Amino acid sequence: MGSTSNNSAEGVGRRDLIKRSAALGLVAAPGMGLLSACASSGGGGQKKDKAGKKTAKNPLGVNDTAKMEFVLFDGGFGKEYAEDAVKIYEGNFPKATVKFSATQKIQSTLQPRFNQGNPPDLIDNSGAEQMDMGVLVGKNQLADLTPLLDAPSYDDPGKKVRDTLRPGIVEMGQFDGAPVWILYYAYTVYGVWYSQKALDSLDAEYPKTWDEMLAVCEKAKKKGMAGWTYAGKYPYYLPFSLYPMIGKVGGREVLDAIDNLEPNAWKHPAVKACFEAYYELYQKGYILKGTPGLDHIQSQTAWAKGEALFIPNGSWVENESANVIPKDFDLAVSAPSGIDGSDKMPFGTIWASGGEPFVVPAKAANPEGGMEQLRIMLSEASSKNFTAKVKSLTAYNGGTTGITLTPGLKSGVAALQLAGSNVVNPRLQDWYVQLQKEKIGVSGLGEMMAGRLTPAEAVKKIQGFADEAAKDNTIKHYKHQ
Amino acid sequence: MQHGKYRFIVGFLALPLGLYALFVVWPFIQSIYYSFTDWTGLSPEFKMVGFDNYTRMLHDDIFWKSLEHSLLFALVLPLVTISLALFFAFMINVGGRRRRGGPVISGVRGSSFYKIVYFFPQVLSIAIVALLFQFAYNPDSGAVNSILRGIGLDSVQPLWLGDPNLALWCVMAVLVWSTVGFFVVLFSAGMASIPAELYEAALLDGASRATTFFRVTLPLLWDTVQSGWVYMGILALGAESFAVVQIMTTGPGGPDYSTTVLVLYVYQKAFRDGQAAYATTIGVALLVVTLAFAAIVMRLGRRERLEY
Repeated sequence: MGSTSNNSAEGVGRRDLIKRSAALGLVAAPGMGLLSACASSGGGGQKKDKAGKKTAKNPLGVNDTAKMEFVLFDGGFGKEYAEDAVKIYEGNFPKATVKFSATQKIQSTLQPRFNQGNPPDLIDNSGAEQMDMGVLVGKNQLADLTPLLDAPSYDDPGKKVRDTLRPGIVEMGQFDGAPVWILYYAYTVYGVWYSQKALDSLDAEYPKTWDEMLAVCEKAKKKGMAGWTYAGKYPYYLPFSLYPMIGKVGGREVLDAIDNLEPNAWKHPAVKACFEAYYELYQKGYILKGTPGLDHIQSQTAWAKGEALFIPNGSWVENESANVIPKDFDLAVSAPSGIDGSDKMPFGTIWASGGEPFVVPAKAANPEGGMEQLRIMLSEASSKNFTAKVKSLTAYNGGTTGITLTPGLKSGVAALQLAGSNVVNPRLQDWYVQLQKEKIGVSGLGEMMAGRLTPAEAVKKIQGFADEAAKDNTIKHYKHQ
Repeated sequence: MQHGKYRFIVGFLALPLGLYALFVVWPFIQSIYYSFTDWTGLSPEFKMVGFDNYTRMLHDDIFWKSLEHSLLFALVLPLVTISLALFFAFMINVGGRRRRGGPVISGVRGSSFYKIVYFFPQVLSIAIVALLFQFAYNPDSGAVNSILRGIGLDSVQPLWLGDPNLALWCVMAVLVWSTVGFFVVLFSAGMASIPAELYEAALLDGASRATTFFRVTLPLLWDTVQSGWVYMGILALGAESFAVVQIMTTGPGGPDYSTTVLVLYVYQKAFRDGQAAYATTIGVALLVVTLAFAAIVMRLGRRERLEY
């Protein structure tokens, strides 16, 4: 007779257990094992190249025969703009070899190299696999970019690089005061994005107060259109319009207190008022049905199809959704609506800040080369090239004259002009990634906007998260200067 | 020839054992070592911190949530998958009505077709399956809600992955869908080798299908079921649950941490937060959980071997 079983009494059981445990080792351990391999390969570090002579044409003193390696995040902005800038570098230093590569996997590509102490000379540390800046700074892995900022700008030897940048860029690259570790190359405008055409069809203007906002949403609802949608699975898109609204209602200090993780920062009346305003959108049924189950692409697509009027987003949305936004959409962005006339800051108060963080590793062989490459990218010509190619502004202040701006970009520039000095820059999202995204975003705001928390409960929960982060000594804490 | 035997065996075993030690045992030891450091994963410098990571883990709410979900995965998934697979395999191989002129024991009509259909998801990569179901669960335009609307249930439009009470079950359902076919084939093979005489005898005695299943099929299939159980449990604790949770419930692991699992948490700590040492600590906890799971299943499943 046939038999499926093993003949020995405990055979299958024991032996299987051992085999499975081995299999388990292969399942659970590889990440840890491979990581360990990185660390144990030691931190010998690489030899530094000798710096070259500083001249008027070469203010950073780049060694013109040294190799320069540049790793770019290949994301929404593509890699063409960087390749163009690399060509200029090669033209200026014909004896140098440049190794340029673009990847979406920044961390998996570069983590081992940081561990071995031979990182590349310039990195665009961006995307889903961004390496934690706080850790890099805390472990002295980044070079101070002050020499670059104090060098003469590429276009005008009489002007320092730092004087050609948009407001806030230098401050954003600092962690705790003086040294500058990061240079944000792109300049992102956050706010409420909509189709001017759709708004016109409702016979409405962009609402400045919350009563007006509710009225516009009601109008839209009657036409079978939802007022708002957002990336329900990534509710940390909501702050793009919610945080500047809090700043507008309660003043900059409220946002600063939140960033500084001060006790009871979230219990400020302005926060509660804004939470309640947003919650009202849910209560009155102005949120597109099913929104909490949508990801960013799905919600942007629904919005582009005209199912919802408004979406909180950043200026990359124009490039990212280019293939779903209809030609006559007339994309526009606006600063958030306020509550009413008693708001502390005027209408137009907007969140704008740097994106695409570029860093030069402290252990790079040719840090001068990396900085020189950045200096080239911050020239007017390179900046224009970027803006024309990827529909986004750069850190270079200006550089939009003479190129045709797309509707969204044009509207972004107008919004910045309207804002003037009323630009706010909440830092939670680059200082405390997990707190901002998972805790405040998904577990706080996401739950509230799905109707599962009241604003009061959300405030309490988020304050709890913030207090926890403030007490957590495994993360580095920062303060606004 | 006896005296050369051990040298002979050792000679053959040395290489595989060496490889095993190098690629399995050594990383484990290293991981345990790193769990006592403050290594970030982003710099070669670190120092020993004793049990700090472990104390931190015990006070970490998200760790406990992840553990809870991982355990739920390890208990519910094998139970559901293996029960379903046993049922399907039984119907395909044994459960058919007796047809005139046919063999005494046969499956339901069209059983060879069903076998292929069940196995089909197995050829798809888990990443593709997860992506497909992510679209299906889209509350706005996804297949699931469209079907509900199609049959007139307009009022029932759950948020699926967007609802913390449903998200974990949605994810589990996908894993069941994608793995049940493998076990159907595995159990079919096992059933095929059970002697037909036993079934004939049972039928002659007038046993119902249910009785046949519980008195004949299941006991004779017990070893296969037990192995399958451990195998499924390890999949549920490890790779598969990571893939579906990471892909489908993007965000950090579902709304309000409703789907986060241990493997996902290891990954996030090591590759997002720059806390490699803490990640290895959670990895060690996962190792303990998995070993305990395998041991418990083996222990509970021990019974007298049937001879036939």
